[in-house]
Amino acid sequence: MIQLPIYLDNNATTPMDPRVLEAMLPYFNEKFGNAASRNHPFGWAAEEGVDYAREQIAKLINCSEKEIIFTSGATESNNLAIKGVFEMYAAKGNHIITATTEHKAVLDTCAHLEKLGATITYLEVKADGLIDLNELSNAITDKTILVSIMYGNNEIGVIQPMKEISAITRSKGVLLHTDATQTVGKIPVDVEADGIDLLSFTAHKMYGPKGVGALYVRRKNPRVKVTAQMDGGGHERGMRSGTLNVPGIVGFGKACEIAMQDMEKDTIRLSAMRNRLEKSLIELEEAYINGNTDHRLPHVTNISFKYVEGEGLMMAMKDLAVSSGSACTSASLEPSYVLKSLGLNDDLAHSSIRFGLGRFTTDEEIDYAIECTKKAVTKLRDMSPLWEMFKDGIDLDAVEWAEH
Amino acid sequence: MAYSEKVIDHYNNPRNVGTLDKAKSNVGTGLVGAPECGDVMRLQIEVDQNNVITDAKFKTFGCGSAIASSSLATEWLKGKSIDQALEIDNMDIVEELALPPVKIHCSVLAEDAIKSAINDYRVKNGMDPIELPKSHH
Ligand SMILES: Cc1ncc(COP(=O)(O)O)c(C=O)c1O
Ligand code: FES
Repeated sequence: MIQLPIYLDNNATTPMDPRVLEAMLPYFNEKFGNAASRNHPFGWAAEEGVDYAREQIAKLINCSEKEIIFTSGATESNNLAIKGVFEMYAAKGNHIITATTEHKAVLDTCAHLEKLGATITYLEVKADGLIDLNELSNAITDKTILVSIMYGNNEIGVIQPMKEISAITRSKGVLLHTDATQTVGKIPVDVEADGIDLLSFTAHKMYGPKGVGALYVRRKNPRVKVTAQMDGGGHERGMRSGTLNVPGIVGFGKACEIAMQDMEKDTIRLSAMRNRLEKSLIELEEAYINGNTDHRLPHVTNISFKYVEGEGLMMAMKDLAVSSGSACTSASLEPSYVLKSLGLNDDLAHSSIRFGLGRFTTDEEIDYAIECTKKAVTKLRDMSPLWEMFKDGIDLDAVEWAEH
Repeated sequence: MAYSEKVIDHYNNPRNVGTLDKAKSNVGTGLVGAPECGDVMRLQIEVDQNNVITDAKFKTFGCGSAIASSSLATEWLKGKSIDQALEIDNMDIVEELALPPVKIHCSVLAEDAIKSAINDYRVKNGMDPIELPKSHH
């Protein structure tokens, strides 16, 4: 028996792995100490938990535990990385390069810095969602201090070529930050092999708790420094003050350890299920996959079902928890800027659904999701004037629409 | 955001989905919205010699509230004279369906669709179109 509704929104957040919860529990009561309390056993027990987690986390991305700065999540990590580099390297320059498909935590941080005198270049992406490496290379000037390009995209799962990107930034002596929130724990991420200088990630996208994340800050070749954005007691080597969220950090560590153990197994299982789901759904007429399918996270697919609107569609798929790039689902009434960056027409962006599978997704759930989605698309198309016009051979682009 | 029970009812059991023959002189068709905006509504009325609406059909590309608004509109239109139909205000729809503020424009679209269908009927039958208020979009 499957339980409804089915959770297929694992790019928004993941459920906690029970093994993570178990590791965290003692740190809420018997080991409640402040990890900064150096002179009694309560503090030591907490510190021990944090130290161990730091090792588990460092191992997963192949860095030293001294290079991990704990934060409240990837939003804060992105802020600390970008604002911190902007302040620290002000003498060197004020130019930052990023891409139009980044998460708002990067884009809005850059927009904030623009008001403070930064010059920002927003690279356009190609139709498959990948950046153009030549464009990146050409955009770098002697004022460039940072390139910030996300690893795996949260809406379409497209993976940017980090090694090639870092080859460029290295050769030009520019720092590279990556928002790897969706990527760490899903595919191998190795800051040495990938040549990354700063990396943001968060526990709640990898079966850990919400409200805890980290920023990796390289200590050698080159030694990177960021100006603290949170001042206070000088925690985290002065880069991020504030009493550590010990249970959260312990859970984050455990989540990383499990990810390392289970990654290969999870990837094989999830990509097989994702591919099966995708293959069945694009059997529907006028259904299109968004983004590059060769360089993509294993657990996500983003599909546009032309001539139906995403929010209306999701209502018919009420037993599935998914998300849509439709404007009707957003407070701004604008369709997804990520999909628009791929050059998708607004009507296809409105028609998109993101399916995000996770460690606890089952084959039966995928069977159900296929059935349910197909039925919903058919139901909505039977109600869609655009579908009827399309079937009658009317060119919708040639119609003069009454609105706007 | 959770939908009201009435929206869900109209959405699950939409009234009067379909197509009338738009070539007929006693059928008025309103097509409003635009695909790029994520909402397109087509509403059709069939009118008898006494200017009474005897049938109404819709098809909508849009969110659940837009579908429910057009479904409700077709229900209200049947049996009304076209003058009475002109009095349907989008806020009546908002109230009946308990639409939240972000979904008010879905009801505006339904009101526009009604007026546009009536105008199509009027023009087809030698009457002047009524003045449409500027869209609230
Ligand atoms: C790519 C990306 N960056 C940053 C974030 C923000 O992460 P957090 O919720 O930990 O602040 C998210 C999550 O929504 C994300 O998908
Ligand atoms: S049609 Fe877009 S919010 Fe209703």
